[in-house]
Amino acid sequence: MPSLEHIANLVHDWLNAQFSPGLALFFEFFIIGVLIIGLFSILGLVLIMMERKVSAWMQLRLGPNRVGPKGMFQTVADTVKLIVKEGMTPDGVDKLLFNLAPFIVMIVAMVIMAPLMFAKNFQIWDINIGVFFITAISSLSVIGILMAGWASNNKYSLLGAMRSGAQIVSYELSAGFALLTIVILTGDLKISAIVNAQSDGWWIFKGHLPVWIAFVIFMIAVTAETNRAPFDMAEAESELTAGFHTEYSGMKFALFFLAEYVNIFVVCALGATLFLGGWQPLHFGTGTGFNRVMDYIPSSIWFAGKTFFLIFVIMWFRWTFPRLRIDQLLNLEWKYLLPISMFNLLLATLITIMGWHF
Amino acid sequence: MAFLKKYFSNIFQAIRSLTTGMRITAGYALRHGKEKITQQYPDNKKTLVLPERFRGEVVLTHDENNEHACTGCTACELACPNGTIKIITKFDVSPEGKKKKALDTFIYHLELCTMCNLCIEACPTNAIRMAQTFEHSVFDRNKLTKKLNNPGSKIREGVE
Repeated sequence: MPSLEHIANLVHDWLNAQFSPGLALFFEFFIIGVLIIGLFSILGLVLIMMERKVSAWMQLRLGPNRVGPKGMFQTVADTVKLIVKEGMTPDGVDKLLFNLAPFIVMIVAMVIMAPLMFAKNFQIWDINIGVFFITAISSLSVIGILMAGWASNNKYSLLGAMRSGAQIVSYELSAGFALLTIVILTGDLKISAIVNAQSDGWWIFKGHLPVWIAFVIFMIAVTAETNRAPFDMAEAESELTAGFHTEYSGMKFALFFLAEYVNIFVVCALGATLFLGGWQPLHFGTGTGFNRVMDYIPSSIWFAGKTFFLIFVIMWFRWTFPRLRIDQLLNLEWKYLLPISMFNLLLATLITIMGWHF
Repeated sequence: MAFLKKYFSNIFQAIRSLTTGMRITAGYALRHGKEKITQQYPDNKKTLVLPERFRGEVVLTHDENNEHACTGCTACELACPNGTIKIITKFDVSPEGKKKKALDTFIYHLELCTMCNLCIEACPTNAIRMAQTFEHSVFDRNKLTKKLNNPGSKIREGVE
């Protein structure tokens, strides 16, 4: 069966046979870039459709159902509409920063894709500081948001951006602590090593209590980090019209919107990699028939399934919980999540040292 | 230690209430095929069933003898918060020569009405009610000013 690893190796061998190694590497970069942009557009279409359908189901509505079968092409129609809209730059804005901000947010989302492992041995860059790289790069997106808010020359945009800065910076701490729990248990920052460590059971099963706590904290923190309801302080429709992207329209707005959904995908993929075993299939015990059936399912499907499950959970949060106020939001982080995750880190360290995990 | 107890009980209460909410929405999501609140309106125009208490527009009910129950007391006109209703009264003269106040014209401005139902509640004789019509679009605004009592209609016997 042609796996993604197999196809990647075929392309690599063919390019190296045709061209010199330097040129082959250049072509590989090009192919990766095209694939990432393609993944972005597909993710944008699929996730926005998924969000609208999930919200409709949770509110006993139908959701989009006019364009195409069951409304499946609604997001395609929306994208076409956004592309043909005028890319307007208002008069009073800082033109350079205003036009740069959506691209910064977008590029940050693209760079985080690099160390993610999409299937067995299918990864762009197996850097040895993978988890650290992801946390470091993802904090850069706040620069794009602050830039958009500041350059818009609009008090609502600036307020939204400032709030978003406070929120992302504080929630990054507990998200980082949650990731550290797994790093401690594995003893490695490399994504492939973390996935391989889960070949005899996912960390959420093997690591018991500290990993459960870390998983819950991670899900809460990444919901806040991606600026989604119930933590949508950056947008705050009811208070700040649209927060940092009030002044944006057309494709520039679409880039922010797309970056939001791609960020959700990235953090859910990270959560699936660290807690749910990445591409590792679900195994119980060793060598049973159940395990062999699970092994037949391709690793890419396992990874996508876990990621989309976590995305569904985050959407579930959004359509269930009421929004938090800004002070409640910071209370939750500094008074609850941060102390708990610190103690949880100690507990994880103790369990790792004593070898109490499975 | 009391604050620690409060701290942890806060956390557990939060988890419990959040999972309750999530259970409810998950239940909705699983039932989404069977139960829908969306009306696909222009498609189901033939079979559309509106709720009993749907408030479309005010009508004056007439029975088969073209008789209504409006005494012309103007209680609805006084109850209306935005001047939607204007009652013009006249005096009926009974065979004995007694003069009695009665309804001449019931003017209803649909363009001003917010369907608040206060006039219906104010009416002492249940003469008016809310109809279940909602397709009120017209090309001329004057068509929205309606005369509710039918031509030649009169008050029903025995309604005071």
